[in-house]
Amino acid sequence: MRTEDYLALDFKDSMGLFPQSRREFIKSLGGGIFIFVTLGDLAIGQEAGRQRGGRQGGPSDFNAYLRIGEDGRVTGFTGKIEMGQGPITSLAQMLAEELDTPLDTVEMVMGDTGRCPWDMGTFGSMTTRSFGPALLAAAAEAKAVLLELAAEALQVPQAQLVAQDGVIFDGQNKEQRRTYGQLAKGQKIERHLKAKPTLKEVAKFTVVGKPLVRRDGRDKVTGKAQFAGDLREPGMLYAKLLRPPAHGAKLKTVDTAPAKAIAGVQVVQDGDLVAVLHELPDVAEAALAKVKAEFDLPAPGVDDKTIFDHLLKTNPQGRAVSEGGDLAEGKKLASKTFEQTYLNSYVAHAAMETHSALAKVEQDKATIWASTQNPFGAQSEIAQAIGLPAQNVRVIAPFVGGGFGGKTRNTQAVEAARLSKAVGKPVQVVWSRAEEFFYDTFRPAAIVKISSGIDGAGKVVLWDYDVLYAGERGAAQFYAIPNHRTTARPSGRQGGGGGHPFATGAWRAPGNNTNTFARESQIDIMAAAAGMDPVEFRLKNLSDSRVIRVLKAAADRFGWTPAKAPSKRGYGVACGMDAGSYVAAIVEADVDAKKGTVQVKRLVCAQDMGLVVNPEGAKIQVEGATTMGLGYALTEEVRFQGGKVQETNFDTYALPRFSWVPKIETVLIEAKDSPPAGGGEPAIIVMGAVVANAIYDRTGARLFQLPMTPERVLAALQKA
Amino acid sequence: MYRSDKPSNAEKNMADSISFKLNDKPVRLSVDGDRTLLWVLRTDVGLTGTKFGCAEGHCGACTVLVDGVAVRSCLHQVKDVKGKEVVTIEGLEKDGKLHPIQKAFMEHDALQCGFCTPGMILTAFGLLKANPSPTREQVIHGMEQNLCRCGAHTRIIDAIQSAAGEMKGGR
Repeated sequence: MRTEDYLALDFKDSMGLFPQSRREFIKSLGGGIFIFVTLGDLAIGQEAGRQRGGRQGGPSDFNAYLRIGEDGRVTGFTGKIEMGQGPITSLAQMLAEELDTPLDTVEMVMGDTGRCPWDMGTFGSMTTRSFGPALLAAAAEAKAVLLELAAEALQVPQAQLVAQDGVIFDGQNKEQRRTYGQLAKGQKIERHLKAKPTLKEVAKFTVVGKPLVRRDGRDKVTGKAQFAGDLREPGMLYAKLLRPPAHGAKLKTVDTAPAKAIAGVQVVQDGDLVAVLHELPDVAEAALAKVKAEFDLPAPGVDDKTIFDHLLKTNPQGRAVSEGGDLAEGKKLASKTFEQTYLNSYVAHAAMETHSALAKVEQDKATIWASTQNPFGAQSEIAQAIGLPAQNVRVIAPFVGGGFGGKTRNTQAVEAARLSKAVGKPVQVVWSRAEEFFYDTFRPAAIVKISSGIDGAGKVVLWDYDVLYAGERGAAQFYAIPNHRTTARPSGRQGGGGGHPFATGAWRAPGNNTNTFARESQIDIMAAAAGMDPVEFRLKNLSDSRVIRVLKAAADRFGWTPAKAPSKRGYGVACGMDAGSYVAAIVEADVDAKKGTVQVKRLVCAQDMGLVVNPEGAKIQVEGATTMGLGYALTEEVRFQGGKVQETNFDTYALPRFSWVPKIETVLIEAKDSPPAGGGEPAIIVMGAVVANAIYDRTGARLFQLPMTPERVLAALQKA
Repeated sequence: MYRSDKPSNAEKNMADSISFKLNDKPVRLSVDGDRTLLWVLRTDVGLTGTKFGCAEGHCGACTVLVDGVAVRSCLHQVKDVKGKEVVTIEGLEKDGKLHPIQKAFMEHDALQCGFCTPGMILTAFGLLKANPSPTREQVIHGMEQNLCRCGAHTRIIDAIQSAAGEMKGGR
C-alpha cells in the first residue's frame, strides 16, 4: 500500500461549525490531548450521502477525534456502531498501531451523537476503508504532539526519540522516558489537522494485520452486553402499538376501552399512532390484544407470484452504467447467443434482535437508546417528530443485535420518542417478530435480463445487461468483453408508480447479490455451451489481475480439476467485486433429486480486500456472509398478498441452520500494497450463483430464480 | 437486587407467590404465575441476558436451564419453575471464572452481534450435560433449533466440541 492511498484527506479547520453540545462534552472530559480530523474527498460515499441526505449547509463536523487522557488511556470517538461486524476491535487495533500504545489502553466510544463526530451511518462496508484513514491520521497527529512534548520534557531532539508501548524514550538512553500519561498530564491541547501527517509504513505494522478475537466477547458470553431492549430507566413504560393488517390499510374505527380497563394501562392515541403502555411489556401486549380496531383495506394488489409481471409493467427509466464497443458488432461476431431472465424475491433482514428503542423525553431534551445503524439519522428524524432542535436530542446506539442494512430505518426510535413525550415517562418499544417482518425494508424483488454471445473460440463477444429494481451495485461486468452495455434501473419505491407493495432498502451488499447471481449464472451457461470448464472459461475471458488472482486462489485451495459442466461432481464457481474487494467462491453441493433439497458440503472463498486490519475478524465476516447467503440462495423469500405480509415468524421464513453449513475455508489474499477495502459484505454476493452453478454441475438443471427452493429445483429437474 | 416483592398494579389481584432457585440463589416472586418466564426474568428480576427473539420458541435466544435442561423461556410459564432450579447466562460465571463453554465461545470467536449467544451457550450446556462427548453431527443436531443470523455456526460447533474436551464429562 502506498501511504498516499491512505491519505487522500482534505484537512481543513472547521472549528466554528463544531456543535456546541459536543464542545461542552469535550470540556467536561478534563485534561489531555485532543485531536480533530475532517475527512475530505476520500470518503466519497459519505460525501455523496451528505448531499443526498440534504440538510442545507450541513451537517458539518469532524469525522474523527481522539483523546489521550491524563492517565495515558486513548479514546477514539466514532459515530460508527458495533453490530457484530467487529469495528470495536479493528478500529482500536488501528489506533494502537499508529500510536504505538498497548491495545488494552485503547477504548472506542461508538454511536453516541452526544459524544461522537457526525457520521452518515454504518453500512456499505465503509468503516475501515472510509473512516479508518481519518482515525489513523488523528492517531499520527497525536503521536506527533506526544513527541513534541517529550522532546521538551526530556530536552532531547525529536529525531532521537522512540515511541513504544505507550512510552517515549531517548533512543540513546532508555532511562530517559515519559509515559503518554505523564506527557498528557496537566495539558489541555487541541489540535486540528491542517496538514497531512506522516503515517507509519505498513511494513512496520505489528498490531494491524494480527488476528485478534473480539474485544466485546466477554461481555457477550456473560450476558452483560446490553442491547437497546435491555436498558431500563426508573418509571419507564413498555409500549405495544396497534398495527394495520396490511400496508396501505387505513384505520377506520378504534375502541381502546377494553385495554384501558386493565389496571395500570395507559393508552396513547395520536392520529394513526395508537399505543398501549404498561410497566410490564407482556401486560401491554395482552392489553393491545383487547383493542378493537377496524381498517379499510386496500384493493388486493400483487402477490409474490405476480410481482415480477407487475414490476415489468412499472418498468422505470434506466441509465447506462457502463458500455463499450458496439452491440451490433458483438451480435455479428457471436456464433452462439443466449437470452435469459433472472429473478429474485423479496428477502428480509431478520436480525435476531428486533428493532428496539428506549426513549426518555424531558422538557427540552431527549435521550434515545436505539438499535440503529445510523444514530445521527435517527437523531434528526426524532428531533423533527417531537419538535426539538437536533442538538437537544441525543441518540445512543448500544450493542446492536445484527443490522445487515435493516437498521438504517429508525421507525421504532421515533415511536418510542413520540410516546415518551406523550406520557412524560421513559418508554421502551421492542418490536415483535411479526412487526419486524411487516416493517422491514426488504431487499427488493428484482429482474435481470441478459443477452450475451460467444464466438467459436469461447470468447465472450457480446454482453447486453439490464437490471431492474436491484440497483446498480455490482451490475457493471468486469470480463474482457469487447462489446457490452450495462443498464441499471432504480430500485423502486413503495406504492404508487414505484412498484413495490411495501418498503424496500439496503440489504447486505445491496444490489450485488442479484447482479452477481445473474452475471455468474450467465457466464456458466456460456461456458457449458462452449464445452469449456467454467474456471478456464472465466480465466480466458478475464483481464482484471485481481479477479484472476482470487479465482486462481480459490481453485488452488479447492483442488479444482477442469471438467465441462455438468460433470455430476456438483462443483460450482462464481466471482465478483464488492465494496472494493474481490471475491471468488467454489462449492461442492449435493442435490436430493426426490426432495429437491440442496446441501452445500464444502465452500472455499478467496477474498482480496487489500490490507487486512484484523485477519481473524475478516475471516469471520467471510464465514458469516457466506452462511447468511445460503438463506437467500435456498429458502428466504417473503410471501405476501397485496400489502399483507404472510411471514410473521421463523416457522415459515427459513434462515440457514447448523445442518446447512458446509465446511468453510477462507483464503485471504496478501495485498498489503492495496488500501483496506470492505469486508462485511463482499463474500455474500457470490452465494446465489455459486450454488446455482453447483446444482447445474450436479444435475444439468439450471435455476433462474432465487431462492432455489425444493419446489423450483424439482421443476428445473423436470425440464433438464 | 431482585425486585421480588413488588407486584405490578395489573397483577395485584392474581399475584402468586412463586419460589425457585435462580442462579444458585433462592428467590421468591409475587407475580402472576401465568406470565412467561422470559418476561419475568427480563423485567421483574432484571436479568436481561435472556433475550427476546421471536416469542414462539423458533429461535432459541431466550433459552435458559430448568433443572439442567435447556428450555425456551418464552414458552415457559413462571409457575412451572416453582421449586425448580433455573440458570440463566448470568449464572454460569462462578467467582469471576468463566464456564468452559463461555471460554470456548470467546476463544473461537463463536459470535458476532452476540444476541443469540446466551441462548446458544445454554443450549450447548444442556446438550453437553446430556451427552458429554458428542460427535460433530450430534452437536449440529442438538443446536439445530437455535438461530444465528450473523453466521457464526461453524465456530459455535467448534467451540462446543472444544468445551466438551475441556470439561471431560465434568460440570
